[in-house]
Amino acid sequence: MDAVFSNFDEYLKAFGLTIGLFVVSGIASLVLGTILAVFRVGPVSVLNKAAAVYVTLFRNTPLLMIFIFIFIAMPVLGYNFKFVEGIEIGGWNVSAFFFRACLALTLYTSAFVCEAMRSGVNAVPLGQAEAGRAIGLTFAQSMNLVILPQAARAVIPPMTSVLIALAKNTSVAAAFGLAEATATMRGFTNNNADQRIGIFVAFAIGYIIVVEVISLSSYLVERKVRVAR
Amino acid sequence: MTAQETAPVSAGRGEPLVVLSGVQKHFGQLHALQDIELTVKRGEVVVVIGPSGSGKSTLCRTINRLETIDEGTITLDGKDLPQEGKALAALRAEVGMVFQSFNLFAHKTILENVTLGPIKVRGMKKEEAEKKARELLDRVGVGHQAEKYPAQLSGGQQQRVAIARALAMEPKVMLFDEPTSALDPEMIKEVLDVMVDLAEQGMTMIVVTHEMGFARTAADRVVFMADGAIVEENTPEEFFTNPRSDRAKDFLGKILKH
Ligand SMILES: Nc1ncnc2c1ncn2[C@@H]1O[C@H](COP(=O)(O)OP(=O)(O)OP(=O)(O)O)[C@@H](O)[C@H]1O
Ligand SMILES: [Mg+2]
Repeated sequence: MDAVFSNFDEYLKAFGLTIGLFVVSGIASLVLGTILAVFRVGPVSVLNKAAAVYVTLFRNTPLLMIFIFIFIAMPVLGYNFKFVEGIEIGGWNVSAFFFRACLALTLYTSAFVCEAMRSGVNAVPLGQAEAGRAIGLTFAQSMNLVILPQAARAVIPPMTSVLIALAKNTSVAAAFGLAEATATMRGFTNNNADQRIGIFVAFAIGYIIVVEVISLSSYLVERKVRVAR
Repeated sequence: MTAQETAPVSAGRGEPLVVLSGVQKHFGQLHALQDIELTVKRGEVVVVIGPSGSGKSTLCRTINRLETIDEGTITLDGKDLPQEGKALAALRAEVGMVFQSFNLFAHKTILENVTLGPIKVRGMKKEEAEKKARELLDRVGVGHQAEKYPAQLSGGQQQRVAIARALAMEPKVMLFDEPTSALDPEMIKEVLDVMVDLAEQGMTMIVVTHEMGFARTAADRVVFMADGAIVEENTPEEFFTNPRSDRAKDFLGKILKH
């Protein structure tokens, strides 16, 4: 493990990038996935079908293929996302690599978020929506005030699984030139072949910590939602 | 199918409020509502009765457009029901609905259940909405439960809250779809008492129920449905003692044996 401890800042930076990918694509996926889920359960048939096609497309395509499409095919088609290079957030420069990786992860994960949300919405008895409509709430109001708050309770366990999968899926970015945790681990083992097992354990612990933080947060949210009943 | 036998019905108390004309509704192959003609006057209490699957719930639900209709027209206070969007939401606010399974908002307190509509739909201030909600909850006898959640109340109490929730919108007409069918016998009376009160205060009501006691005390008219059609209409007294159609005789024979 010496290799890790003597390059600990690199180790931390690598996990920083992993967490960055997770947080940015996680938030984007939750937003996009929720919008898709509202389309899926909503009364507008065009939106309903469009969201269904989206989910079928991205849920059934391997994540690696989506990465390949965005990193290799899109630049050939003229979309290299270089325009994000100038953007600076909190003193940190957005790279086109980072943007593309988040895009790929978001496209993929939002399909799963949508399905988790939809299962949560379906867990809310139909009578709740009818009662909302019967007192004159609009579709949007009955979603926001009646359905989604109740769906949240049923949604937390499947959503946690989706987010844990996302945390681990960030490692696919390693193959496309991002020095996140998995890519950095490969670099370390290449330079210190004798310490492979130690390096591997150190990085595994890093991932375990990230995933445990997600599980713990989900537990806390779940408890809060239950108390709010 | 028996021909509709319409009797000269008690004069009612006012102008036509809810008018269904030539209403047809299909569920796939099933003709769930067949050429429905029904006029409910302001202040009138109409009880809808009939065997299971005869279309009573469907009829009720078309009046606030929880179900769409295939043909015909439904007007409320002279205006056609809007098709969708904000106008439809506004219409539903004018039509109170009480469901068999109460359908109180499970994640909200009793008080919040009653204030949600007035605040979000009518734009009423919170304090005002709460004051009014407490009055309504007192009126239906559950004022002391205001801070509890629906799951903490008995079925009878929940149904009375549901009535208060509907009344809070100051509806022009109230629809009740078997409001006491899911209740234990000892709770049925407390809900029916609230409904009789409402009727006496002049609320226009359309009530799907098999409670003959309620029909006899509170109803101006009984509408008997079978197989998606209105088969017979009459005053409660006439209908129960002297039904004219065979379907109604048969049906009353069955429920009276219980
Ligand atoms: N959403 C639906 N899809 C398909 N068929 C339906 C639907 N709702 C009702 N039906 C059918 O329409 C017919 C009328 O149903 P409705 O619920 O109006 O009857 P009802 O008189 O209220 O019966 P009950 O006394 O059992 O409540 C029934 O045959 C029912 O199966
Ligand atoms: Mg019914």
